[in-house]
Amino acid sequence: MQTLEQLAVQEMLDRFNAVKACRHHFPLLRQRVNGKPLVYLDNAATSQKPQVVIDAVMRYYEEENSNIHRGVHFLSERATQAYEGARTKVQRFLNAGEQREIIFVRGTTEGINLVAHSYGRRHVGPGDEVLISAMEHHSNIVPWQILCEERGAALRVIPINDAGELVMNDYARMLTPRTKIVALVHVSNALGTVNPVKRLISMAHAKNIPVLIDGAQAVPHMRVDVRDLDADFYAFSAHKVFGPTGIGVLYGKEALLEAMPPYQGGGDMIKSVTFEKTLYNDLPYKFEAGTPNIEGTIGLGAAIDYINTLDVDGIAAFEHDLLRYATDAVLQVPGLRIIGTAKEKAAVLSFVMEGIHPHDIGTILDDEGIAIRTGHHCAQPVMQRFGVPATARASFAFYNTREEVDVLVSALQKVREVLS
Amino acid sequence: MSSVRELYQQVILDHNKSPRNFHAMEDATRHVEGYNPLCGDHYTVFLKLIGEFIQDVSFTGAGCAISKASASVMSSMVKGKTRAEAEALFHDFHTLVTGGTTGNGQVERLGKLAAFAGVSEYPARVKCASLAWHTLRAALEGDASAVSTE
Repeated sequence: MQTLEQLAVQEMLDRFNAVKACRHHFPLLRQRVNGKPLVYLDNAATSQKPQVVIDAVMRYYEEENSNIHRGVHFLSERATQAYEGARTKVQRFLNAGEQREIIFVRGTTEGINLVAHSYGRRHVGPGDEVLISAMEHHSNIVPWQILCEERGAALRVIPINDAGELVMNDYARMLTPRTKIVALVHVSNALGTVNPVKRLISMAHAKNIPVLIDGAQAVPHMRVDVRDLDADFYAFSAHKVFGPTGIGVLYGKEALLEAMPPYQGGGDMIKSVTFEKTLYNDLPYKFEAGTPNIEGTIGLGAAIDYINTLDVDGIAAFEHDLLRYATDAVLQVPGLRIIGTAKEKAAVLSFVMEGIHPHDIGTILDDEGIAIRTGHHCAQPVMQRFGVPATARASFAFYNTREEVDVLVSALQKVREVLS
Repeated sequence: MSSVRELYQQVILDHNKSPRNFHAMEDATRHVEGYNPLCGDHYTVFLKLIGEFIQDVSFTGAGCAISKASASVMSSMVKGKTRAEAEALFHDFHTLVTGGTTGNGQVERLGKLAAFAGVSEYPARVKCASLAWHTLRAALEGDASAVSTE
């Protein structure tokens, strides 16, 4: 008879095997690069797409293509249903209360710009402060810098420690009556740090400060429940979560969105237009000017359908196991140092090698068929914090394997051979 | 030989490890900063220009093996040359790393620069190889503003 512990181990192995079986859903992963099997470890830059997403985009153009919210004809009805159906899927995916709280945007970057522009300009004035952290992506720095410069406000930055974690005492101290909004990353793209966003949000809310969360790197790795987090704004990009590029989501609490002025003017965001006065449309259309990315939205809907077929908790456990395996393995390479050693980490490994520039690592790995990212990862302040010009970054998805980690490690050994 | 070994030839590895003319120059007549924002490569090229004659060249900074070796080889190649000769070398070098055909006599002129032939197989690395050269040209032209390869 099996003990409970054995049963638990067996169950976990079964679940891991089920995760591994999903790799064949991603056709691109079957190719060879430079004569070697592709090892795709650049998932934090963009994820690969399962066949069902590719098919959904194809089918839209073959069977449904039409403009939405306009025609009375059959195709327009179908396209509108597919587009709005995707909104419902996103709403459930994030556990948002209302469909009208889901705004389709081009990506996380546009979502943040929308809030900085629309909410920020109305609520941030001279002498006020916007609070971000030292581990933000440029997309959660620059929109706020532009806002602060325009409004005479100050951008304040919560420091991070040597492990790449937020310094919580400093955060608490920096929440002041001058703070008009807090904008923080959920999972750092450069370090892998998972921030305790629920706690961070409740600390800000205790002082009546709204919080925007950049969820670009979180959504691919974990369940996100915007109501449980009590996030005021939450933005993510479809392409990092197995959907197409050029489409993303801004979630906002209805009361906040209602009170915000439009971000862009144009078609679809109006009720009526005369040269004297324009009546804006209701949520969410008020923020969706112009013909949207219909194919992208449908692709995102298909990606969410796909994720819903997966064992998300099993994937999280699998990725955690893979990260631990990869961390131990790369540390066997002499002279390699990991940048970002937070206790809570997503499957992102940023590293540097003594005396070897990350770009040279990237080129030699590419020769072995391995795709990683090298550079500053659009997070130059993070690089400055750790005193490195750039890092090499291997970022994993659930379709990656321990065997691919082994290929990575032997290629890193080759990097040392070639460059020594 | 794999293409990556062709890229990282001995000349490049050697100049990366022990860069020549790798220091600031106090009595430089010109110096210009070069920067590649994509990968953070960052160099300053110092020149002592006497009329048309490049009496001395040096550089400081940091970056990948290709960019550092290129700066080092460049500095040893253009030292003692005229402005026009340096310009001709740049032209030959640029043709080489962008995969163009090199004409008669160019290969001999290139000398150690020929080690960078493998770069043409790696389009993403052309900017690394060219950074120091672009910076040198800016210095020769008397353009004091920083050079960016983006």
